[in-house]
Formats: sequence, C-alpha cells, structure tokens
Amino acid sequence: MRSSTFVICALAVAAVVFGLSRLIESEYFFFAGYVVLQYIVLATAWNILGGYTGYVNFGSAAFFALGAYASVAIHKTFPLPIPVLIVIGGVISGLVGLGMGYLTLRLRGAFFAIATLALAVVVQTLITNWDFVGGSRGAYILRPASAPLVGSYIEYLFLIMLVLAVAAVSTARAIERSRLGYGFATIRDDELAAEASGVPTLRLKLVATTLSGAFMGMAGAPLPYYVTYLDPASGFSLAYAVNSIAMPLVGGTTTWIGPVVGAILLGTIQQVATVTISSAVNLLIVGLVLIAFVIIAPNGLVGLVQGWFAKRTT
Amino acid sequence: MDIPYELLINAIVAGLLLGGFYAAVTIGVSISFGILDIVNIAHPAFIILGSYLAYVLNSRFGIDPILVSIMMLPVFYVLGAAIYQTYYLSFERRGHEALRSLAFFFGLLFVTEVTLVLVFGVDYRYVEASYIGPTLHFGFVDLPLRMLVPFLMAVAMLLALEYFLARTFIGRAINAVAQDQVALKLMAADPIRIKRIAFGISIATTALAGALLIIIQPVEPSVGREYIGRVFAICVLGGLGSLPGTMLGAVLLGVVESLTATFYGPSWAPAVAFGFLLLTLAFRPAGILGR
Repeated sequence: MRSSTFVICALAVAAVVFGLSRLIESEYFFFAGYVVLQYIVLATAWNILGGYTGYVNFGSAAFFALGAYASVAIHKTFPLPIPVLIVIGGVISGLVGLGMGYLTLRLRGAFFAIATLALAVVVQTLITNWDFVGGSRGAYILRPASAPLVGSYIEYLFLIMLVLAVAAVSTARAIERSRLGYGFATIRDDELAAEASGVPTLRLKLVATTLSGAFMGMAGAPLPYYVTYLDPASGFSLAYAVNSIAMPLVGGTTTWIGPVVGAILLGTIQQVATVTISSAVNLLIVGLVLIAFVIIAPNGLVGLVQGWFAKRTT
Repeated sequence: MDIPYELLINAIVAGLLLGGFYAAVTIGVSISFGILDIVNIAHPAFIILGSYLAYVLNSRFGIDPILVSIMMLPVFYVLGAAIYQTYYLSFERRGHEALRSLAFFFGLLFVTEVTLVLVFGVDYRYVEASYIGPTLHFGFVDLPLRMLVPFLMAVAMLLALEYFLARTFIGRAINAVAQDQVALKLMAADPIRIKRIAFGISIATTALAGALLIIIQPVEPSVGREYIGRVFAICVLGGLGSLPGTMLGAVLLGVVESLTATFYGPSWAPAVAFGFLLLTLAFRPAGILGR
C-alpha cells in the first residue's frame, strides 16, 4: 500500500472512530479515549528512535512535559489555538531532541539510555525552578466552555489527538518503507558495519532523535487543556516514560502497528483498572506486563502472531 | 567576609561526608555495571527497598538500622543471585539483547517503586537511633553524627570490598571474568557462577546503602530516582569498576552538590548531579571509558 493511500485509510478509520464515539454520548468515553490516543502518539514517537534505531530513550516524560509547559507559557502570555500550540510544542521538543542527539552522538547503548534519564531530571529541575509556569506549585489553565466545529471541548481535544495519532502513525509507516527506515535498521543491527558501508549514521541518528522528540512534544502540547492543572510531578510522571517503553515492547518494535496495538491494549487496561481498582495498581500491571513480555515474547504481540502464521503455512 | 568563609568550609566538609555515602550507594553499580557490564538501572530501587526494611524493623522492634542491614545482607545476596539467574537465562544466553534487558531492569525499578507505594503510601518514613540527633563541633566546623556514621560505615564497606576483590580467589575471579570470560572457562572456573556471586554482592551492598540513606534523610518510594543519575555519574566519573575511582568520583560529586545547595538552594542540587553526568558522558567519548 502506498503512503498516500495509507493516510486516506487511516483518516477513514479515524473518522469512523470519531463518529462511533459521538454515538456513545458519554463524556467519560472521550476523557478515556484521549489518554489512549495520547499513548498511541507517545509510543509511536518512542518507537521511531527506540524500535527503528535501537537507542533506548528513558526520558520520554521530559519531551512530553516540555510540550505541555510550552503551552502553559504561551497560554499565560498570548493564548493561541491548540493546533498552533501543538506545532510550537513539537518544534521545541524537536530542538531539544536534536540537542540531545548532538550531546550524546558518541554514546552507544547503555550510555545513551542513562544520558536520557539524566536529561529528564535536568529538564524537570529547570521547570520546577521556573516560577513563570508555576514552579513546583503548578499552574491552572482555564479552558473555554465550548470549542469550534464540534461544540464540546473534550470532544475537540479528542479530535485533535485523533488527527495527531494518524499523523504520527503515518509518519512512522512512511519512515519504515523509505531509505531513511532502512538506514535506521542498519544502525539497529550493526552500527559499525553500517558506518563502514557508507551509511551516514550520525545524521540519521539526529533525524531520529529530532522526529521522536518532536512527536512527544506534540502529544504533550494539549495536556494542560485536558488536565486544567499541571504541576511538575504530574507532567514529568514516570508513568509516561514507562508506558512509552512498555507499549512498543509489548506490541512489537519493528513495525508501525506494534506501538499502536500495545498502546490500545495497555492504555485500555489502565483506564479500566483506574476506574475499577486504583491508579497505583494499574501502573503495577504495566510494569509486570513489561517484564513478562521482554522475557517471554521478545518480539511482542506482532512477533507472536507472525510466528503463529509462519508455523501454520509450513 | 568571615561568615561566607566558614560557610564554605562547612559546605565542603558536608560534601565530603555526603560523598562517602554516595560511594556506598555507587559501589554496587561499580561491580554490576563497571565489572560485569550489566546495566542495572534498578539498583536505586533496591536501595529504597533496603531503607524500607530498615524502617519496618526499626519502628516495630527498635532494632538499629545498621544492624538490620547487616542481617539483611544474605537475603539481598540471594535476591541478587536470583535476578542474575533470570537475566542470564532470558537475555545474556540469547546473545545481544541490550534493548530488552534495559527494559527489564526499568520494569524492575518501576514495579519495586509502585509496590512500595501500594504497601507504605507516599509519606516520608524515617528511623530512630541514638546517633541521629547529636552533632560534633570542631571550632566552627560541624560534624553531624547523622552524616558521620554513614560516612564511616561506607568507608568500611569500601575497604572490605577492595580487600575482597584484590586478595581473595573469588574476588580475583570476578575481575578475571570482566577481562576474559573464555579464559576463565579454560581455567575450569564457571564464569556464570562467578558473575552470579558478583551480582549477588552488588545487590547485597544496597541493603547497607539503604539503611545509611534512611539515617541521612527521610525516605519515600520515588527518592530512588534521584539516585539513578548520581550513581551512574559517579561510576562513569570514577572510571567504571575501580573502587578508589568510585570513592573519588563520589566525593567530587558530593562536594559540588553540597556547594550548590549551600549557595544556590537545595532545589538545584539534583540538576547539578545530572548535568555533571551529561557533561561527563558528552565529553568523554566511549573509547576513553574503556569500552
């Protein structure tokens, strides 16, 4: 399937999802759905760097929160519509991703992963000490009662996140089938050999860190309007970092569908567990599922299904 | 200008004491990451586990936290050996699985933290012992026993481990496994067993480090996260796996952090540690680090 056809199909699926959601007529469904969609974007963004090039980023929360805090800062000075905020959040987090790429270009494997953890704490400390966006006290955002096009504000946020998810997944799929994607795969499989065969590994890594960071920032940009109160502890919550790693690993990291499957599955389980049990227990479930999957099913659900089909055809 | 001068000396002394404690926290990672090449980012989570065990036994039965941690050493050793066995069977034996083993330890970190939150809640917990209150005074220099006792315990642990690694058969085998695993096999020693022992020791150190932590400051489950950056910064600074290097790196970081907290405010201290780590990682390419 060509990329343009895929985008049209994805938009059609999104339209059906949105149409069906409106039939349910429950505000809660949109609140829960928004979170799941947000995780699709986050997981896909993580996978562009982690799954395709094999560089583990533990600092997803930092990029995500940067997008969110950019929105807070802009909201306090000169309120702009959310789609513009998403672009700004994406640009800022993308630039930080580029900077991180430059700083850590020479680091491989574990050192890169540790550096991203460090980056998350540095960014969190800077935001906590920045009084303009609320510092450690947090910031309140008054969201408008109604929104353009759809009326209800939460439906508007849901719709925006839906479009963003389509954009992220389409980008990931397009990368996978392009020269860029093959370049990424060579880095993942053997960086030294790739460099020796003339693959511009440094430039490709920068593209990956920038793109991945940018989508995480975009996912975070509408967050202040969703939660209406944002403080560093919730914006930089470890839950974002864990989920954005667990979802692609549970789904499968080598294809675009993996993170989507993982995000829908784990995201839905968490929403259900939050309502029926408690929010701490749902995080425990994610952690245990992550450990179980990396041990038992190294290629995720997609790998399991592929293995099953391969067995049947032979 | 008398007061800033005294303040400076006190900040440096506090930093030295803090550095000793940081060395105790890092020593386990120097063994697992520096020698065995296992990126155990869940290390700080085990330290917090050690803190909570000290807290439970101290508040229930009034046992001294350091005594608790010494009683817990064998338990943590077995726990560490079990984790290494899982790691070996699931990742090391299958070949290069860096991404998944990192995720495994990350999951371990997360599960430990969330479990502690579920059992104890997010309130700060602390222990009681006779040496937590008093402070020794030498002129204008203050030596709080709350910091001095952990410092001395840390130094004692470091010396014991240094002796063990340099002088005993198993200790030398642990160093050998880092250099050439196949050669060790040819000498009829089982490298997996040696690594299991080493990883067990690395986790056992967290029992003591955890008790020292809860003596120094009240602990809640997410405190461990602040230590991830510190621990790896010190380990890399100290030159991966060298125990004297670990001590040096720890003291350096302790002093810089203490100066920052004194002159700019404690809320900036975590950023210093992590900034230190980022700069070290960025400007010391992997080759110089010996890998």
